[in-house]
Amino acid sequence: MSWLVALVCLLSLSAQAAWNNPYPRGWVHENTLFSAFSAPPKTLDPVKAYNSNEMVFLGNIVEPPLQYHYLKRPYQLEPLILTEMPTSSYDAATNTTSYRLHLRDDIAYAPHVAFGANKRFVTASDLAYAITRMADRTNGSPILDMMLPLIVGMSDCVKQFDALAKTNTWRDYRNRQPSGVEIIDEHTLMIRIHGVYPPFVYWLAMPFFAPIPWEVDQYYAQPGMREKNQSWSWLPIGTGAYYLSENNPNRRMVLQRNPNFHADFYPSEASPDLPNNVLDDAGKRLPMVDRVVYALEKEAVPYWAKFLQGYYDASGVSSEVFDQAIQLDAQGKLSLTPVMQEKGMQLLSSVATSLSYLGFNMLDPLIGQENPNAKYLRQAISIAIDYEEDIAIFLNGRGLVAQGPIPPGISGASEDCNPITHQLNGTQCVRRSLLEAKTLMAKAGYPDGLDPKTGKALVLYYDTVSTGADDKAQLDWMRKQFAKLGIQLVIRATDYNRFQEKMRAGNAQIFTWGWNADYPDAENFLFLLVGSNAKVETGGENASNYHNKQFDALYAQIARLPDTAERRALIAKAVSIVREDAPWVFGLFPQNVSLFHGWVHNVYPNLMANNTLKYRRIDVEKREQAQALWNQPVLWPFGFIGVSIIGLLLMLWLPPYRKRNEL
Amino acid sequence: MLLLWSDIVVWLLVTSLLYFFWRLKQDTLLRERWQLVAQSRIAMASTIVLLAFVLIALADSLHFRTNDPYRPVVSALDMSLGNIATGQEKSYSAPFAIESLWQETRQTDDGRVIRAPVPLQHAGKQLDNPNDLSRDLWQRSLTFLSIGIILASLIVWMLSHLSVFSQTALPWKSAAITFIVLCGFLVWLWGMGQSYHVLGTGKVGEDVLYASLKGVRTGILIGGLTTLLTLPFAVVMGIVAGYFKGWVDDVVQYLYTTLNAVPGVLLIASAMLLAQLYLAQHADVFASEQERADVRLLLVCLVLGLTGWTGLARILRAESLKLREMEYVKAASAFGVSHVRIIGRHLLPNLGHLVLISAVLDFSGLVLAEAVLSYVGIGVDPTMPSWGNMINLARQELNREPVVWWNLLGAFVGMFTLVLSVNLLADRVQHVFNPRAQG
Amino acid sequence: MIQYILRRLLWLFPILLMVNLLTFILFFVVNSPDDMARAQLGNKYVTDAALTAWKAARGYDLPLLWNTNAVGWDVLTQTIFWQKSVQLMVFDFGVSDAGRAIGADLAQRAWPSLWLALPSFMIGLCVNIALALLLVMFRGQWLDKLGLVLTIVIMSISGLFFIIGGQYVLAKLWHWFPISGYEPDGDVWRFLLLPIILGVIAGVGSGVRWYRSILLEEADKDFARTARAKGLSLWQVMHRHVLPNGLLPILTGVVAVLPLLFMGSLIMESFFGIPGLGSYTIDAINSQDFAIVRAMVYLGAVLYVFGLIITDITYAWADPRVRFGDK
Repeated sequence: MSWLVALVCLLSLSAQAAWNNPYPRGWVHENTLFSAFSAPPKTLDPVKAYNSNEMVFLGNIVEPPLQYHYLKRPYQLEPLILTEMPTSSYDAATNTTSYRLHLRDDIAYAPHVAFGANKRFVTASDLAYAITRMADRTNGSPILDMMLPLIVGMSDCVKQFDALAKTNTWRDYRNRQPSGVEIIDEHTLMIRIHGVYPPFVYWLAMPFFAPIPWEVDQYYAQPGMREKNQSWSWLPIGTGAYYLSENNPNRRMVLQRNPNFHADFYPSEASPDLPNNVLDDAGKRLPMVDRVVYALEKEAVPYWAKFLQGYYDASGVSSEVFDQAIQLDAQGKLSLTPVMQEKGMQLLSSVATSLSYLGFNMLDPLIGQENPNAKYLRQAISIAIDYEEDIAIFLNGRGLVAQGPIPPGISGASEDCNPITHQLNGTQCVRRSLLEAKTLMAKAGYPDGLDPKTGKALVLYYDTVSTGADDKAQLDWMRKQFAKLGIQLVIRATDYNRFQEKMRAGNAQIFTWGWNADYPDAENFLFLLVGSNAKVETGGENASNYHNKQFDALYAQIARLPDTAERRALIAKAVSIVREDAPWVFGLFPQNVSLFHGWVHNVYPNLMANNTLKYRRIDVEKREQAQALWNQPVLWPFGFIGVSIIGLLLMLWLPPYRKRNEL
Repeated sequence: MLLLWSDIVVWLLVTSLLYFFWRLKQDTLLRERWQLVAQSRIAMASTIVLLAFVLIALADSLHFRTNDPYRPVVSALDMSLGNIATGQEKSYSAPFAIESLWQETRQTDDGRVIRAPVPLQHAGKQLDNPNDLSRDLWQRSLTFLSIGIILASLIVWMLSHLSVFSQTALPWKSAAITFIVLCGFLVWLWGMGQSYHVLGTGKVGEDVLYASLKGVRTGILIGGLTTLLTLPFAVVMGIVAGYFKGWVDDVVQYLYTTLNAVPGVLLIASAMLLAQLYLAQHADVFASEQERADVRLLLVCLVLGLTGWTGLARILRAESLKLREMEYVKAASAFGVSHVRIIGRHLLPNLGHLVLISAVLDFSGLVLAEAVLSYVGIGVDPTMPSWGNMINLARQELNREPVVWWNLLGAFVGMFTLVLSVNLLADRVQHVFNPRAQG
Repeated sequence: MIQYILRRLLWLFPILLMVNLLTFILFFVVNSPDDMARAQLGNKYVTDAALTAWKAARGYDLPLLWNTNAVGWDVLTQTIFWQKSVQLMVFDFGVSDAGRAIGADLAQRAWPSLWLALPSFMIGLCVNIALALLLVMFRGQWLDKLGLVLTIVIMSISGLFFIIGGQYVLAKLWHWFPISGYEPDGDVWRFLLLPIILGVIAGVGSGVRWYRSILLEEADKDFARTARAKGLSLWQVMHRHVLPNGLLPILTGVVAVLPLLFMGSLIMESFFGIPGLGSYTIDAINSQDFAIVRAMVYLGAVLYVFGLIITDITYAWADPRVRFGDK
């Protein structure tokens, strides 16, 4: 038996270093932040990357001219690699607006083979290079078609590249920029756009406009580079606080502190609604963490488990683990459960600047704009779909019922009660009763949900992307909502491609859709409803194909105005038109909730900024202690297994069982 | 009354099985063999359990239209289940719970606002006092168990006078005991299900017991239909290749090597994507999503069948190669007997046991495969009740606190019982028909 | 012998060609290049021009089989079939729809797959044979009967339950292993141990039964009986006669699946976050990246056919009675 004792001793010794540490042994003791990504980014090429899971990395690697102030609310832009905010001037003669960008002279790229041993500084022509690169269709920039009518000379620039033959050699974009992009001197760039479009500065805070060094572009264009996955898509180079030292989207991405990073300091001003200790690190040199490790974690189950073990520093909260982590008080406010408080967690929550809605296809003969009575049907459905319940069941209360298209936190947000679906009860906005919805159904010509033509329940079709079993619950719920009005909802679940195809062809009837804000401005949401953006006719983002002349006129005005009271009044007017027409059931604004361990500092919600890693600070010692405490292996099963095996062996050797077969 | 495609298939399946056993009675040799199979107590018990599964699937394959817009189509099974089918809650609740697992904000009588579990709508309604729960559970359990057992015993007693059961070589006693226990259990499930959620409720408040029962039909269809689809392919290809040799053999070998060479999951995945495309483009053909899910289920079977015939075909080919060298086959062919007759008279009967064993083994493999396919996202429609879909959901639920384990349990018990009884039967069949591989 | 091998190798080509044709038809009928472009471009600001550019960048703008605009051989080569399918024959896998070089990814991901699959398979094999041997030695006794029932029980449990349960109990509750992940440097076994153990357990049911039947067949043969009658101990008979003779069918079975181990295990890898070819395939299916799926289909076919050939060769080498002329 002594060997068993020895084994147990050995095991308990090695228990000091946790058995289940999922990283190389040394890493957890270093100034390293551990995070995860669930879907590999498709590309990190600054000209292409647009999805949030790409921005997580790219935002910290490359730096566009502007950034969002980390701690100021409402969101405010500030210069990042510029000396000051761009100055704009309108020229009535040509009907153009020019933006003058003046670069700092101490901005250098992270080291790269293509630079040799030199420190390469950013010049105005690098910014021009990035814009020209965008104009080449073969680079596949997703915003090119947005920029095409905007930047002066962009369309000519595009044509010049379209004409080129398809080759695999490097296209030198130097000195081929659109006529509206002018290099004044080494550090000054002028961009001219058609007309007046105040939101343009927001685009300057996106990585699309980050400077591109031509040397690296040339380097990646060499033959054989692509086969080794050496390209902008996988090894972007920029001036950000970190560079990508390991890129293996199949397993792990590692961001390492950029040795050439320019002087940058923790802000010393903050919005008063942030916690008191927000400015503890004010004035400190950034970044504060040496390395950030992102591990690929496709499944929610291991992600959460590892987070609880202390191996991830942050985690979202899926609905499965919600009750374990978060409790709602009677007012519906979120707070941590005692268990989580004991672990020293921090809770971060904010309403996302995005909208998830249920759209009606306005081209549909039954439910669309052709049929004047269909408005009542749409309104009735808007009342009947109880998004309060949806939020309670599927999101554990993490969401706000949308009263209009514009999320909170944006100037002009639709925060008042939508009179079509809700009514004020004292101070509370309460959903109208089902009775009212049924009256509207009768008004629309479907009393009790019966279709007069067939005498049976009205049948509506709901198109959705759904492949997994997880969606079944939500689909069932949706059917129930329509059944409340006596409508039979037929669900046509397809894969993503098919769904998109239907949307483009206008064959969908009712569908779910969502929108993430590109920038914090009401215009970015209202343009989803403009007739000139209709999906079927123009391939635009107006998925409902909604047309309303009055609304379109209002939108045109809103787009040109800076944020003023007058503009807010116009927005309110536009929103009330949409509410009445009800092309969307406004759905909900999701609330982002995430948890952080106590050893992570300086995390505050900022939905616009994507370069927030540089502000983080961690307490390595505290983390080590917690990890050691939370990961003690359970040893008694070893004894149990050992005893059973010995027992079995003994049984085999005991005389009554030893009689063997004679074959 | 409404016939889904899969309903037709289920009934066809059962009819063909009945026909098969009727044919058995004609053939004395085979009948003796099958009696040998039935002499095993385990095989007898397994058969009874299997019959129960088949009955559930059959009851679930009689569909009727209703006027209820939320459940436009119901099956005979749904109707007979009562509260188990209709007792929908809002979200999770534990087995035999009378309170929800989720919490709701509400006002107490003294005016305080609290967040607490709420009483379930369809469980424990008959209780005046929640403290009576355990007493009520015991009482009801005893009642329903004894009803079930007494009923079953009566049936057994009545049947025992029939002459069929006088054959003493067969373990009728085991069969009777299994039957009685099973009856007791099922009646208990049904009875308890009327006033409680025996296996709790799932995410949107669906009764997990109900979901598990609905999974029976899907499981049996996937296993049964696919096996049925593969058989003709495999038999024809295998025998033709082995019997004719030469270029026919080459072609068949080429075909199945090619099919085998493509990794199974990938072939199924691509075929399923094609099927989804078809379904999406012809969405208007289907009156309800149930019909659509139904066609998708059939397509899954078809695809599985197309890829599944190769194994059996290979075995049959090898065996036919041997058989055609037999004296009597050679003699028949020398007398100018036609090939079709030789195959029908001499080859097929001697290959029957191989086909049978492979079919039974495939069946259980397919039921298990369904779960994996659903996990990869290329299985049955996500709206279709199936064990694979349940397992898929249950993975996430293990992360909850408190752990929601009843979905996993429901799927596990259903799947395990079905596959185990099939495997046990298969074991016995193999033992009788192919003793060499068994020992 | 060499002639035989050569003939078998020739047999390989029509099969691979057919596989290629099959996948080509499936993938370009199921998913037109337009669909692929849209799936990859996301759902914001997608215009026709952007679609055309995407297709052009990946060579999906070519005609399927016959290029009427080209001259000479280009009529055939400047087509999707030639560029995307025929190129596979020379192991040029091209670029995934998401834009990564597939060849580089395959080379990188094959190792974790192998690290997981090979030990699982080998340990599984040893455990299965050892247990089967044990059952054969105690044939007809309580251990044998218990073992047989247990194997049927294990066979009747879906592998998913083992994985879900094992991960939950061993990793989450007992902290014995990392829940998921992979770290090639140094102590890779920490990450592989749990999936290997679970893989072995899940396979033990059918494995033990299979090997038991093979060994029993050998044990029933006359030479084994004679040896036993001559007074050799049971262990000696097993060791000297039954096991060596049973090894031939076992070996040929093993050789056939060995190459396929490269393909990795779909479920295991995605559950435990092991960046191998199995999870690569699953991801590709979920994101509908058909370039990868095509490559994997082809790779799988090549490995399968390769396995067939080495099985034949092993068989011929191990058992001289096999006549090379026979198919």
